[in-house]
Amino acid sequence: MINITLTINGEKRQFAVSPGETLLELLRREGYKSVKKGCESGDCGACTVVLNGRAVTSCIVFAAKADGGTVLTAEGLESGGVLHPIQEAFLEEGAVQCGYCTPGMEMATYDLLSHNPDPSAQEIKEALSGNLCRCTGYVKQVKAVKTAAKKLTKEAK
Amino acid sequence: MNERKRDFATVGKSELKVDGRGLVTGKPLFTADIDLPDTLYVKILGSPHAHAKIVSIDTSAAEAMPGVALVLTHKNTPSTRYTTAGQGFPEPSPYDTRMFDTKVRFVGDRVAAVAADTREIAEAAVKAIRVTYEKLPAVLSIDESQAENAPVVHDEDDSKGIYDAKRNIVANIDILAGDVERGFAESDVIVETTCETQYAQHTPIEPHVVLSYLAPDDRLVLRTSTQVPFHVRRIVAYALGIPVHQIRVIKPRVGGGFGTKQEILLEGVAGLVTLRTRRPALIEMTREEEFVSSRTRHPMRVRVKLGARKDGILNALEMEGISNTGAYGSHGLTVLSNTGSKTLPLYNKAPNVHFYGKAVYTNLPVPGAYRGYGATQGYFPLEVAMDELAEKLNIDPVKLRRINHIRAGETSPIFVKLGEGREGVEQIIESCELEKCIDIGTERIGWAQKHGKKIREGSWVHGVGMSVHMQGSGIPEIDMGAATIKMNEDGSFNLLIGATDLGTGSDTILGQIAAEVLGVPLEKIIVYSSDTDLTPFDVGAYASSTTYVSGTAVKRAAEKVREQIIDVASEMLASGMLNIDPSQLTVADEQVRTPDGKSVTLAKVCEQAMYIKDQFQIGATASGLMHQSPPPFMASFAEIAVDTETGELKILNYVVVADCGTVINPKMAEGQVEGAVANGIGYALTEEMQFSPTGGVRNPNLFDYKILGMLDMPPLDVVLVDSYEPTGPLGAKSIAEIGINAPLPTLANAIYDAIGVRLTRTPFTPEKILAALREQ
Repeated sequence: MINITLTINGEKRQFAVSPGETLLELLRREGYKSVKKGCESGDCGACTVVLNGRAVTSCIVFAAKADGGTVLTAEGLESGGVLHPIQEAFLEEGAVQCGYCTPGMEMATYDLLSHNPDPSAQEIKEALSGNLCRCTGYVKQVKAVKTAAKKLTKEAK
Repeated sequence: MNERKRDFATVGKSELKVDGRGLVTGKPLFTADIDLPDTLYVKILGSPHAHAKIVSIDTSAAEAMPGVALVLTHKNTPSTRYTTAGQGFPEPSPYDTRMFDTKVRFVGDRVAAVAADTREIAEAAVKAIRVTYEKLPAVLSIDESQAENAPVVHDEDDSKGIYDAKRNIVANIDILAGDVERGFAESDVIVETTCETQYAQHTPIEPHVVLSYLAPDDRLVLRTSTQVPFHVRRIVAYALGIPVHQIRVIKPRVGGGFGTKQEILLEGVAGLVTLRTRRPALIEMTREEEFVSSRTRHPMRVRVKLGARKDGILNALEMEGISNTGAYGSHGLTVLSNTGSKTLPLYNKAPNVHFYGKAVYTNLPVPGAYRGYGATQGYFPLEVAMDELAEKLNIDPVKLRRINHIRAGETSPIFVKLGEGREGVEQIIESCELEKCIDIGTERIGWAQKHGKKIREGSWVHGVGMSVHMQGSGIPEIDMGAATIKMNEDGSFNLLIGATDLGTGSDTILGQIAAEVLGVPLEKIIVYSSDTDLTPFDVGAYASSTTYVSGTAVKRAAEKVREQIIDVASEMLASGMLNIDPSQLTVADEQVRTPDGKSVTLAKVCEQAMYIKDQFQIGATASGLMHQSPPPFMASFAEIAVDTETGELKILNYVVVADCGTVINPKMAEGQVEGAVANGIGYALTEEMQFSPTGGVRNPNLFDYKILGMLDMPPLDVVLVDSYEPTGPLGAKSIAEIGINAPLPTLANAIYDAIGVRLTRTPFTPEKILAALREQ
């Protein structure tokens, strides 16, 4: 077993992990159930979290490799019962159907908007192209990211 | 009718999903999101052979491994044959499946299962099972299955309901209206087209998953990602030989289904592990297992022959379908039925109609229910043939549809002749705004300016194509859903429904229907669904039934509750002197009002009934059983460009216009169309399960099996027209499936318009387009 330290949603925690354990497996066993398992091969994006400021598919990151890192999951977006603007936007735009891909999409959106506060539709599609959804056809999700960008810009002012 | 629509308070508004907050915050709502102590992890061993007898299984090494609790094989499990198809009882699918059989019939077929303390141990133990197989010759295509002296896929003597097992025929259909021979003889123009569709998988982002455990009263609880919780309870009870009352099925949030979760695949195995070990058991399919061992769409070869008079009116329609139902017959008969029954009535001007075909076994993965349910495979050749007919007649393809499609007040002989695996039900169309759908679509795509123009830009050529469609709303006189409503003393209501929300938003729209009838905002309806211990029965989420069938149950239950409210309120408002005519009272804005303006709040009404006088629980249960299945209608248009040098195809614009009756929740209804069309575009262009020469799936992952991502999605313009279905709850009919039928023929016709080649085999890859161009 390997001892590692991670800061997850602002909380510093220590874990003993096996060498082959993925960040997805660690997060889910530690109760971060927003992180979803869809393929375990980095193809679907359901397990997307923000690691050290960038969106990664946690199913293909070894937990041990993330040692010392900072992780943000969808659980960490909501604060004191108040939805994060990204979560609000996904809800209001009807971008959620089954909701299984939603937390991963939100984390990819978080990464995008923290580096590009006013993305074009094409930039949104490029940033979220690794997050597959079978319910929606993506129309309302592109809109939700735009709405989230507006909400965050307003909040920053 | 439009007056009634304008009166709605919550129906017609894009209310937020009632389960949306939990979903956007990532709460542990899905099957595998809860941890139970001592849970066993179950891993299934799949067959390496397409067709083989199991001569022996040695599980001793696996059983001896530390941490292994149980190994299941055909030797220690019930031998009952059942169907995995989650359909109403009696199921129209054959009982040809054993939980673990002595013979395997496709690569990935179930051989054994191991339950162990951890996933790692279970995976290692599965590898330690030694199986000796006697390989048998396999049939790996429709043609091989139907060849003389072909190997028999189901040679066992204890299966039931197979049409002709010795000839690998699961089901056979032959229905006739009028005289097609004469019809063709009297036609001025005849066209004939045969189209073939491929193996495709639903790919819900959440693969199949079940968690089973014993309740404190020793009953078996199955928490499962299913579209059919009540069918799960019944079929698992049957397969395990235990009473229905010993099982509780809970459907938590489901990560997409699209038909593949209308199937009872894992629940029986998990249940058996729990009953034998008294420990919780978790089975999660991997993505590879989801492709190989869950369910797929039925690949089909469908031939359509159309005969028409010079003026374009159809005179004879013939459709012959042959469906590959893989190694087991789940949904074999009914999917094939729908290939005819959901397509042919659309062109009811033809008096002579013949539909026939068969569903056949092969040693390939098992198709089942998949959004569109056979109609998708039928519309492809039908609408391509209509395009060919238009060309031969020198009539605009849009006009040809206009003069032939069914209209309100009309019927089709097919409605009676062909139901789902049995005779159908007579039906007169009461709402049909297809004409309006076609008007709007032709306008928005720019049909008049673009069709037949072959506009060139370098090596790229533009084209437009279209098709029209109908589906149904539930299975008439079979599907039933029920709803219970009870009132609380703050004027809120619990709505308990068996209906199964698998991401479609049905919890929300059923809540809106209740809120509308009871005169309260949606937040006063607490929706709880799909728990066999706590909610009334519902067949589940399939056949585009929920809005129409379960929605009717909700409306009826709400009306009964409203009557009780009015009874109590009329006594309260009478104040001892006046007699109040209950029919004069209205319930709206959380109040009961008299015509002269006296009112009492719903909260006070419930307080009265619960605590003050003649106490009783205001509440009611009602069922929805429908005698029609009103079709939604759709017109679909695409503008594409094809690169004649590379065969690459780009969709420049996709327009779909649909009539689904009253739109209960616009954003959710649009979402259904957008998702269905996106899935249909993937099916038309990129998705295909590929097989090795020995029947193994070569691309069982989301890298090699390509579903559309955000960058692949073309501009999609969805319009829902104003419509009202008199038999539906508040005027509604279905919308879930119809959109998936559209892209195949629409894109095939657009390709023809651009480059003059007819593609009849899906998917339309650049290689196929280029090959067809070279052949030209």
